[in-house]
Amino acid sequence: MQIYLPIADMSVNIFLVLGMGLAVGYISGMFGIGGGFLMTPLLIFIGITPAVAVASVASHIAASSFSGAINYWNRRALDLALALMLLAAGILGTATGVWLFTTLRALDQLDLMIGLSYVTLLTIVGAIMIYESLRAIGRARKGMPATLRRPGSHTWLHGLPFKLRFKRSKIYVSAIPVWAIGFIIGFVGAIMGIGGGFLLVPMLIYFLRVPTATVIGTSMVLTLITMASATVMHAATNHLVDAVLALILMVGGVVGAQFGARTGQKMRGERLRLLLGLLVFAVGLRFAYELVVQPDDLYSIRYVRIE
Amino acid sequence: MRRGALILAIVISACGAGPAAAERLVASLSNENVAITSNFVGENLVLFGAIQPDAGKTALRPAYDLVVTVTGPRQTLRTRRKQRVLGIWVNVDSREFVRVPSYLVILSNRPVAQIAQPDTLRRLQIGLANFLLPQHIGPDIADTVGDDPFRLAFVRLQIQQRRYAEIGSAVTFLTPAVFRAGIPLPADVPTGNYTVDVKLFADGAMVARTNLALTVTKAGFEQYVADAARDNGLLFGFVTMLMALLTGWIASVVFKRD
Repeated sequence: MQIYLPIADMSVNIFLVLGMGLAVGYISGMFGIGGGFLMTPLLIFIGITPAVAVASVASHIAASSFSGAINYWNRRALDLALALMLLAAGILGTATGVWLFTTLRALDQLDLMIGLSYVTLLTIVGAIMIYESLRAIGRARKGMPATLRRPGSHTWLHGLPFKLRFKRSKIYVSAIPVWAIGFIIGFVGAIMGIGGGFLLVPMLIYFLRVPTATVIGTSMVLTLITMASATVMHAATNHLVDAVLALILMVGGVVGAQFGARTGQKMRGERLRLLLGLLVFAVGLRFAYELVVQPDDLYSIRYVRIE
Repeated sequence: MRRGALILAIVISACGAGPAAAERLVASLSNENVAITSNFVGENLVLFGAIQPDAGKTALRPAYDLVVTVTGPRQTLRTRRKQRVLGIWVNVDSREFVRVPSYLVILSNRPVAQIAQPDTLRRLQIGLANFLLPQHIGPDIADTVGDDPFRLAFVRLQIQQRRYAEIGSAVTFLTPAVFRAGIPLPADVPTGNYTVDVKLFADGAMVARTNLALTVTKAGFEQYVADAARDNGLLFGFVTMLMALLTGWIASVVFKRD
């Protein structure tokens, strides 16, 4: 069944889009990520312009992460204080990112920069996650408790001032790395048009030692707030949010996220991290392939304006 | 559209008012106002028309050729070329095509090259190779030679997107003086005002010409959403955000029960 999208100006198969929402929603619920780094390329692949895709995906992610966040809130698996602390610095990071985005677009090399950042970030983060989770699985096999060794527990990060206690996460850390992480997530999110959950989750685990129990719920709250405000900003400035597309994606996304969250809670933390690492790494390779392999067509058309 | 209908009230223009202008062209579209609704998947418009002898002349020629050029609203587009730099493919060069049709379809009863001489085709902008597609070249705006690589790539990509086409068999003569042509509008047809330019040829020269107007607009709910997004962006954003939160909340309530 075809449906016409009023802002994207094209007709799509409603079940295809619903299915995409369901699949990405499942993954996002399972790993506590927004799934923007999967959904945006998928939408572009079915012919929606990148600008409309990025803007509409923001509201889809907001819906998915809200549904997920309620789920984690009910299970007490969410650290609101930590999320708000990250958000404060995140807003500053987003503003810096938007500024760089505009500058790069003026230089006509934005596509390349986005491609390169996807490749660099996804392959490195993916590889680190695979390596770390494999080691954790190996330790668990040998009968050692997974939390026995916490390398980095006493690094310089813990010697920094402005210490804060986050009760729900049972951590006592300096505010400086918390703000730094928030800033990086906001910055990268604005540049790459993603929520940044796949970056935030490992950063919270490895740098702040946030326990796996609260990390996903906390990440979802942050994703929810950034993506909800991104929806409003995109709609107000570019008029590119396609509400019909967003609604179809949302309906699929929230249903998928509910099932995904259940699967995620049943799985062991290191297994979950290994799967997410593999997924992130694979998407990174996909972007690398696009940059390195000769494209089918050396020419492409970019829409400039209606006359 | 009243204006569309008015123009449709068959504008007849006897072009090239020489001795050859002895025919009149009458044409009409099956639908001059295409409304895009939620189930729009593209449409095939039909152009009907007839050739009539001009006043004072009774006989028609034995054979005619017909060329229909449909142009959509103008857009400015940039064509970019990639090249390998340090192992990765980068856009190194680009050209801006200024105020070119977003939709350009040329229909004829036989390939345009067989209808008239190359210089006639070029003068009347008949065929994709002859249609003016101005580019920014330094400080100037001009069309290039037909085999310019950027122009070729631009036309090729637009054909792939089903925005441009040249169909040499789309016009059918039902009788020697009555014709029919099918105009394919794809699902992602640009909205706006279109022009349908009908040219009649005999023995390699244009003998009559007429223009029809065509509008493509969004209708009903689609129009409402598009207007709201454009005119009340901030409100539209808040409503979309609330819709997202509501969807997320409903899902969590529904799934809590089991």
